[in-house]
Amino acid sequence: MPVILRIWPCLVFLFTPLCSMVPTLDAKQVEMLEDDQVWGRVTRFFLLQDTSVQIVALGSALIGITCGLIGSYVVTRRLSLFGDTLSHAVLPGIAVGFIWAESKDNIALLIGATAAGFLGVSCLTFLQKYTHIRQDSALGIVLSGFYAVGICLLTRIQKMEFGSQSGLDSFLFGQASALSIEDLWGIGCTLLMVGLFILFAYKKLLITGFDHSFSRSIGIPADFLQYVLWLLLAFCVISSLQIIGVILASALLIIPAVTASLLVKRMHTYLLVSAALGAAAGLAGSFLSFLGQGMPTGPLIVLISTGIFISVLCLRPTNGLLTQWYFSRKNTLRIQRENTLKAVYQILESHNFQNQTIRTQELMSKRGVDIVHCEMEIQQLVRTGLVTQAPTVPSPSLPGQSTLSLTPKGWEYACKIVRNHRLWELYLTNEAKYAPDHVHEDAEKIEHVLGEDTIRQLERILSNPRKDPHGKLIPSLTDMEMGNIQNI
Amino acid sequence: MKSPFYPIEVHDLTVSYQRKPVLYGVDLEIEEGSLVGVIGPNGAGKSTLIKTIMNMVSPNGGFVKIFGKNPKAGTKHIGYIPQKESVDWDFPVTVMDVVLMGRYGRLGWFGRISKDDRRMAHECLEKVDMLPYANRQIGNLSGGQQQRVFLARALAQESSIYLMDEPFAGVDAVSEKAIVSILKSMQQDGKTLVIVHHDLATAKEYFDHLLLLNMRKIAYGPIQKVFTQDLLQKTYGGRLTIFSEMASQAARQPEIEMEKSIS
Repeated sequence: MPVILRIWPCLVFLFTPLCSMVPTLDAKQVEMLEDDQVWGRVTRFFLLQDTSVQIVALGSALIGITCGLIGSYVVTRRLSLFGDTLSHAVLPGIAVGFIWAESKDNIALLIGATAAGFLGVSCLTFLQKYTHIRQDSALGIVLSGFYAVGICLLTRIQKMEFGSQSGLDSFLFGQASALSIEDLWGIGCTLLMVGLFILFAYKKLLITGFDHSFSRSIGIPADFLQYVLWLLLAFCVISSLQIIGVILASALLIIPAVTASLLVKRMHTYLLVSAALGAAAGLAGSFLSFLGQGMPTGPLIVLISTGIFISVLCLRPTNGLLTQWYFSRKNTLRIQRENTLKAVYQILESHNFQNQTIRTQELMSKRGVDIVHCEMEIQQLVRTGLVTQAPTVPSPSLPGQSTLSLTPKGWEYACKIVRNHRLWELYLTNEAKYAPDHVHEDAEKIEHVLGEDTIRQLERILSNPRKDPHGKLIPSLTDMEMGNIQNI
Repeated sequence: MKSPFYPIEVHDLTVSYQRKPVLYGVDLEIEEGSLVGVIGPNGAGKSTLIKTIMNMVSPNGGFVKIFGKNPKAGTKHIGYIPQKESVDWDFPVTVMDVVLMGRYGRLGWFGRISKDDRRMAHECLEKVDMLPYANRQIGNLSGGQQQRVFLARALAQESSIYLMDEPFAGVDAVSEKAIVSILKSMQQDGKTLVIVHHDLATAKEYFDHLLLLNMRKIAYGPIQKVFTQDLLQKTYGGRLTIFSEMASQAARQPEIEMEKSIS
């Protein structure tokens, strides 16, 4: 199990490029690109020939890592909505920073955004401390209030003389193609700060995240760490705005981290998986948007993260939705096979094992199914080598008949199931004091799940019984060898 | 060596949340090596008392001293077990990680978990019978197992005082017995233990000292002296209306102190 868990993220990465191959067709349709143009673009992307491709791909991957790391803390501390609120709350700050500098000056924007983020957090803290408003409502109020102020300011700016070519609207939805070298440096610095912070405060973050009051009791500055985390979260959101925009910024924080939470059970692997998923989504998103010219990078990154999340949710080992469906289906089929085998055994038993074969007709009436289902059940057994089927002389009154005989493997299996059933019935009547007419249905279920060890235990408790509560033989290996139950 | 000071000394302690007084004028001196049960009805201020001693809540009046020192300096040496519900049991840590957290207080900013720390955590897990679960994620534990993990973490702290908030809440009978026997052996090692408890029926056999609390101290002392019909009646027999009203009014006067945590 742990091995599979460790391998599993790799499978996800296999999936990512696969996922990116599919929409190439759509991209071709939209842009009417010729085949060689698509391949040209693919090679151009992977050889990183264009500077713009280099910047966008690197920027997206780095922001994926940064958001993946910070997002791990956001998600494990149940602050997902908080991240969303913060990303919306920085918008008025960006607008004010722009008005102040009268141009898209990164430092001014950063200061403005940080201040607005801080103001947003203060509003939240105030609402929570001094009013009875619940946290989710408080988050909603701050989110929409700040966002509305931001939109108003942005609209004003666009009407100002220096604002016409501001490109500030790209902060709403992101515009990765306009990513500059300075933005890249900003992202790099944020990643560096986040990395150093996690490196030095890993243990302290772990303990404050898990048990706030305990960590305070042993003298860890839990509140201080929380504030640093919020500050870095704000930086992370701000530096990701150019690529994915205010509205979707929190997606990159939350989705890779939640995906990681499905896969791992310890914080350090959590961080690694989440960062790797973020980077993969960033790269794949920028690749796709490069292929389909004009496709926005930010939404594509988010789409790919979501795709990865859904596939992990469905396919992860043991708990995946599809995985569970597959195993339950497999189990159902096995139980059905075992029931058919048991029916064959019981028919043979009713003839005192005088015949070696039975007819389909007998099986049909014993199982209570129609010919189509019966044939399906027989095919299951034939395919697994438990039964051989031979045609009979065709008869007009009973079409589709055949004779069935158990293979040696089938015999052993059938005996085992019947033995399980009857041992359990005996156990229920003798040890659990059930009435003999109450035990059959219970045994019908239990017979399929009794393991080798339980059977040995039952035998010991019941001291190797020969007959079940209804007086029927409990078939054993010796019986088979002695020929008591098989007419050979 | 016995310290000349009480491990925990509480003097005229008054605490209120949002203008509502929770504790009023509590005096308490706990002797070293006692196993104290804190008993009282819901909302009597049991948890608040523990949190105030831990310096997580600031009092409106009075003071707490730990071995004669201010709690700021003292709480590092107290092992604290918060209520089980106060932590997130889906957090991505294993049982071993949690027990190792008991050692974090000694590490400082750049310290690393040493082999000795690991051995210590190992032993603590063994003491509470949770060693087979060391590498499990904490989400897969039952209530009793969760509490035993907390106990192992507290043991790993090697403190001389332990404060526990409802360690028997949501715990099965077997775990409860196991926890009690660990507590008694901790007491024999000379530790001072203060435990918030909600079940009167078992209090008599679990503890040797009892604090009866209902907003103010009803009684504190050895169990034989305190566990009387009369005093229990006083503790559980409803609040003293005039007293609590006046206390509310008094508490409205000074500025409001709140719980410090911002979460």
